[in-house]
Amino acid sequence: MTMTSPTHTAPVKLAPAPKGGAPQRPSRFRMGAGQQLKGGPFAYIALAVVGFGSLLPLYWTLVAASRTQDEVLASTPPFFPGGKLVENVQTAWEQANLGKAILNSVIVSSSITLATLFFCTLAGYAFAKMRFRGRGWLMTAVIATLTIPPQLSVVPLFMMMSGLGWGGQLESVIFPTLVSAFGVFFMRQYLIEALPYELIEAAKIDGANNFRIVVSVVLPVARPAMMVLGMLTFVQAWNDFFWPYLALNQQNPTLQVALGQLSASYTPDQSIVMAGALISTLPLLVVFVVFGKKIVGGIMSGAVKG
Amino acid sequence: MATSTPTRDAYATPPREPKKEPPSERRQLWRSRLWRFDDKASPYAYIAPFFLVFGAFGLYPLLYTGWIALHRVEMTGLDSMEWVGWENFDKILHDPEFWTSVSNTFLIGVISTVPQLLVALGLAHLLNYKLRASTFWRTIILTPYATSVASAALVFALVFRADGGLLNWTLGLVGFDPVNWANGHWTSKLAISIIVIWRWTGYNALIYLAAMQAVPNDLYEAASLDGASRWQQFRKVTIPSLRPTILFTIVISTIGSMQLFGEPLLLEGGALGATGGNENQYETLSIYLYNYGWNLGHLGPAAAVAWAMLALLLLIAAANWFIGRFVRKSAV
Repeated sequence: MTMTSPTHTAPVKLAPAPKGGAPQRPSRFRMGAGQQLKGGPFAYIALAVVGFGSLLPLYWTLVAASRTQDEVLASTPPFFPGGKLVENVQTAWEQANLGKAILNSVIVSSSITLATLFFCTLAGYAFAKMRFRGRGWLMTAVIATLTIPPQLSVVPLFMMMSGLGWGGQLESVIFPTLVSAFGVFFMRQYLIEALPYELIEAAKIDGANNFRIVVSVVLPVARPAMMVLGMLTFVQAWNDFFWPYLALNQQNPTLQVALGQLSASYTPDQSIVMAGALISTLPLLVVFVVFGKKIVGGIMSGAVKG
Repeated sequence: MATSTPTRDAYATPPREPKKEPPSERRQLWRSRLWRFDDKASPYAYIAPFFLVFGAFGLYPLLYTGWIALHRVEMTGLDSMEWVGWENFDKILHDPEFWTSVSNTFLIGVISTVPQLLVALGLAHLLNYKLRASTFWRTIILTPYATSVASAALVFALVFRADGGLLNWTLGLVGFDPVNWANGHWTSKLAISIIVIWRWTGYNALIYLAAMQAVPNDLYEAASLDGASRWQQFRKVTIPSLRPTILFTIVISTIGSMQLFGEPLLLEGGALGATGGNENQYETLSIYLYNYGWNLGHLGPAAAVAWAMLALLLLIAAANWFIGRFVRKSAV
């Protein structure tokens, strides 16, 4: 279930492989005023201010997680990390069932990501390159589902899950999210341009059946887009909150659920809560530092183009 | 939709070269039938998973919600449903708390979406300059997107604390009195909006940036030849070219703000989240639904809230459509 629709993007054109961000323009001397002029000091200062604002809460998480609650809430807040990080993490670990929560988050996020990649590539390929009755309005239906908030169906979903015997189980979080409309749309846009018909025809002439074509022609071509979709899906599944919070319980939480419960306890210790927040954010920050460029390119390539 | 779709022939079974010893005629017939079936059925098989999953866990529950809304169902006994007709709707529509949460959702939506998209537009414009380390800036600005609602809300809960909060400390330096952010009607909504703005501005900026880079340069050249200033170019070339993108981000942000849940739930920590503050000052519709269904355990009224949300969503969609029509007409 896609909460607060992070990886939403629009029904318009997707560039082919996001190769190093923006398409290169001809020399800037040929261009009119405006676009692609060098940014002056003002641009750098403004970006630095926004960048500072973006990172400050994360830094503050680290500071708060490494000190005692009294220090954090003192009338003059501390500016630098202290030495209590290990202790706080240990306490959070015990209080919030974090070991189990991390394991659960890994299981949920990776199974959702794998399933989404497989099914969305298949469906995206069908919508991009195969002709069949109803293709147009079925694709419209896929896109339309993006606008339905999950809130509308959580009550019966909860009852269904309990009826299936999945109440409080990870299945109840995994199954509703196995495929995403965004993913289908994303792969379709990519494959329309990246996969030439000649390749498919050649494979047909060689006697390959449709599934064989998917495995040996479509999947290799789709790999760059699958990388991006995989990262976006993983981030979203890892951070998902609303439905997991309703569906899971204290004994069997994901990281985000554990975090929510930690803060909802009667007297939450803020440093402990922040230690939990740090643990839940850290893996994704690492992913961001390593794949930042790819993720940025992916979001931009999924974006609307006039 | 289909830009360069080849004719059906491209998919027909390729003609087979006659071999030295052709397989029996029956076998050939069987094979070509199999091929044809494969061609006809494969696309449906490939898109089936999406529709199966959506049908089972999206559409069916969506419709079933309407049925549950007419029943009494308690969290303590999920199996027993008792018909009560319109009672649940009656209950929520006469609950002032429901209307508070409707207006809260609406207000938070406006004060989070409007500044967010304006700032994103400005940021995209800055990022569209030739910059040193442009990837670095883009990544930094996107970092909040990597944070979960839960961690973001909890950190900001610390920042917005009435005593010992980072924000009040900063305000104190400039000479302001401390503000009780979570308790004030406007300040609490502002606080929640800031969390939303923090998480999503960079994301929207990148979407705008991509759209800006797709604007053909000729347009700018022509405009500058006509003597348009930078600001005029931004207004008369960039903004109109971005109109579909802007409309899209408005729709998506509106839908997103209808769903706000984690931010208000965790704004104060402790147990206050389930009612959206001691005076429901920041209770959103999602919180109201959660409170009825999961906190108090009455799933019937919770389902009725879901239908009220659907009605509200349709209302917003209609408003969007009318505004869009109006804008198009007045533009002609």
